[in-house]
Amino acid sequence: MHPAFNAQDSAALERAQEHEDPPAPITWPPDWSAPLASRARQGALALELERIAERVFEGRRISFEDGLFLHEHADLPTLGLLADHVRRAKHPSDVVTYIVDRNLNPTNVCITDCGFCAFYRRPDAEGAYVLPREEIYKRIQETVDLGGQQLLMQGGHHPYLKSAWWVELFEDIRARWAINCHALSASELDHLAKLDKRPLASVLRDLKQAGLGSVPGAGAEMLVERVRKIIAPKKTSTERWLEVHREVHRAGLRSSATMMFGHVETPAERIEHLARLRELQDETGGFTAFACWTMQPDGVPDEAKYPPKATPAVYLRVQAISRIFLDNFDNIQTSYVTQGLKMAQMTLRFGCNDFGGTMLEENVVSAAGCLHLEPIANIERVIERAGFTPLRRNSWYGIVDPRHPALRKGPFSREEAATHAAWTARAAKGSSGGPTRSPERSRWSDSRARRAWSRSLAKCKTARVCRARTAWRSTPRRT
Amino acid sequence: MLGLLANHVRERLHGDLAYFNVNQHVNYTNLCNKLCRFCAFQRLPGQEGAYQMTPEQVAEKVRAQLGEPVTEVHMVAGVWPRIPYEYYLEILRAVKAVRPAIHIKAFTMVELDQIAKVAKKPLEQVLPELIAAGLGSVPGGGAEVFSERVRQETYHLKLSGEQWLDTARKVHRAGLRSNCTMLHGHVETPGERVDHLDRLRLLQDETGGFQTYIPLSFHPQNSEMADVPGPTALDELREIAIGRLMLDNIAHIKAYWILMDVPVAQLALSYGADDVDGTVVEERIYHDAGATTPQQVQRSELVQWIRDAGRIPVERDTLYNVVWSGDERCASAGQPAPVNAARPGSAARSAS
Repeated sequence: MHPAFNAQDSAALERAQEHEDPPAPITWPPDWSAPLASRARQGALALELERIAERVFEGRRISFEDGLFLHEHADLPTLGLLADHVRRAKHPSDVVTYIVDRNLNPTNVCITDCGFCAFYRRPDAEGAYVLPREEIYKRIQETVDLGGQQLLMQGGHHPYLKSAWWVELFEDIRARWAINCHALSASELDHLAKLDKRPLASVLRDLKQAGLGSVPGAGAEMLVERVRKIIAPKKTSTERWLEVHREVHRAGLRSSATMMFGHVETPAERIEHLARLRELQDETGGFTAFACWTMQPDGVPDEAKYPPKATPAVYLRVQAISRIFLDNFDNIQTSYVTQGLKMAQMTLRFGCNDFGGTMLEENVVSAAGCLHLEPIANIERVIERAGFTPLRRNSWYGIVDPRHPALRKGPFSREEAATHAAWTARAAKGSSGGPTRSPERSRWSDSRARRAWSRSLAKCKTARVCRARTAWRSTPRRT
Repeated sequence: MLGLLANHVRERLHGDLAYFNVNQHVNYTNLCNKLCRFCAFQRLPGQEGAYQMTPEQVAEKVRAQLGEPVTEVHMVAGVWPRIPYEYYLEILRAVKAVRPAIHIKAFTMVELDQIAKVAKKPLEQVLPELIAAGLGSVPGGGAEVFSERVRQETYHLKLSGEQWLDTARKVHRAGLRSNCTMLHGHVETPGERVDHLDRLRLLQDETGGFQTYIPLSFHPQNSEMADVPGPTALDELREIAIGRLMLDNIAHIKAYWILMDVPVAQLALSYGADDVDGTVVEERIYHDAGATTPQQVQRSELVQWIRDAGRIPVERDTLYNVVWSGDERCASAGQPAPVNAARPGSAARSAS
């Protein structure tokens, strides 16, 4: 039976959640330490790394084990080289996109009680708010005046705001502005379906009709049940999160995917998260982009339980691996709001091709003491200094830069961007959709990156021995 | 590609080791008559925020850190001609009185030049007196970019490139080690940068007195040149890598985290750098220019940064003797840091 039919009424739901057992104490993964950089160029590790690199350069998919191997043994420059190669194969024109948008949080009332969140308030707590309509309109007008393309609207899981409230909001916005509503993360959608006591598909139909244009990928945190039970026991489960996104894609909407790491997860669980996303993307093709960020532990309710913030090098590692691993995702977004502009610029050489939103306002991570908002001019400057052309995009990654009309490129609307038609046709034919590879995948033999790679290998004596051995192994032998 | 080459040189010299130290900064005055256009720190007397610490205040700063395992105090400041020669000796003695074991790295070439002027003695005579008062080594600041054109445009009152190098030569002859720097990212051209590195390399061939090269990135805020945008992260990495490749005779390249920010410093450890500077208690010069990094870090945080960047943290003292090592196989305490080869001619094979 559909889970939505099991939901109690909202008050009961809240009561039940209030009296739930306290969450299990957080258990720590064993101490993880980054691999020593030079080890990756010696002995058996170098061999294995070379095998994976060859796969990546040939444009083939890497397995879960390969992903884990990269996470555990590859050094940062090699990861950067591989990720940059994948990025170049997908986006040969060296364009880095960003979107002018605003993060609008209509409410901070939330009943999921995630211990890593410093933004939410319980319904009766001090500081809990639901923004009045005039305030919302005022902020939207500011955004539109600045050429904004998108409104990112997410908030708490409010126990009384049913889908009708959102439908009304979207309709009112659409009646006034042409801005796209990029709103309601998976767990919020699930929450609405529960409140409405009807299946998600029908909620989505109403929301879409009212003007919902695309769905943000938030709330994924870590798509591994063990971790979710610890950090977000009251949020939607892994299966349900994926199911909601499948439903969203089926409804003809695109969504993005995210990962929040640097808390209680192990490296294998990070890769597992990526693998789950890749699987669903194979099926529906509905994800536009992937973004990840490290947990920001300052000032969150369970601050004492969490480890100190993951350092930037770990972020860079995971970021690069996600580009290499998610071969069916077109775009990888950097998270400059949590990592800062300097880091964001370096991620452009570690696989990212999108700067995300300019965020005229941000309330969630800034509540956790982390805020790096930057003027658009600065964003464009670091993109240019990194050797890329900065272009503005819309929510579906179409290029809509008013300064470069010649480069205008679709999709321009959610209908043009939708993948569900192709997907359902494929499903009807019975053939499972294989990985959608980029057509311009380059040959290993003539890629610039491969030459750089071999040269760096040739520098190292041990690796040279390894290469000789590889060559010996790969030569056909008579039996 | 540049990064790969630089990393190769770095690993040949230092393997996976990455150095840091536990140090403390004291900027004893911001009175300065050099009026450099890129500086947000200097004040003239009577200006708001102008200060000069008395020797007791300097001693107080050092006393405040007595509980920490600080091995080095780094003292640099403005240049003000009314400060008597005795004052410089006083502050050195004051620090040594509070903490006799500490190493004092103080006075850039620009300050040394001024000290010699107020002492009315040649630098060769002044240096032994400073050493007797406690001076242990000399930082590398004040070099900016040696090009005369850049000097006329931005720091025309300061030492010229030739004078700076000459002062450094005298310092090395007096038996002191020093660092060297380059302030990049303002009005200089790439050619001028490489020329700067080349001149450093020549002097190093002659004296061998430089321990570390530190590319300093220009921070524009609050200075006269606030309209010039500073270098971006990748520019800084490039500068590190080029420094490593050009300066084959200088053992260490430092990614000074205070001004590069942590992520860049971490990545720099794979782009040629092998040092991240220290815990830095209270840095003023770059923070007046809008640096957003914290004023200090804990030793454990530094160790974690280095580990996460895939390197072995090694705590050093100012002269690169090992104080503590994250991996006992790499170096033992009290020994000089193992540098495999300072010159390519005598290059050892790949690092152990």
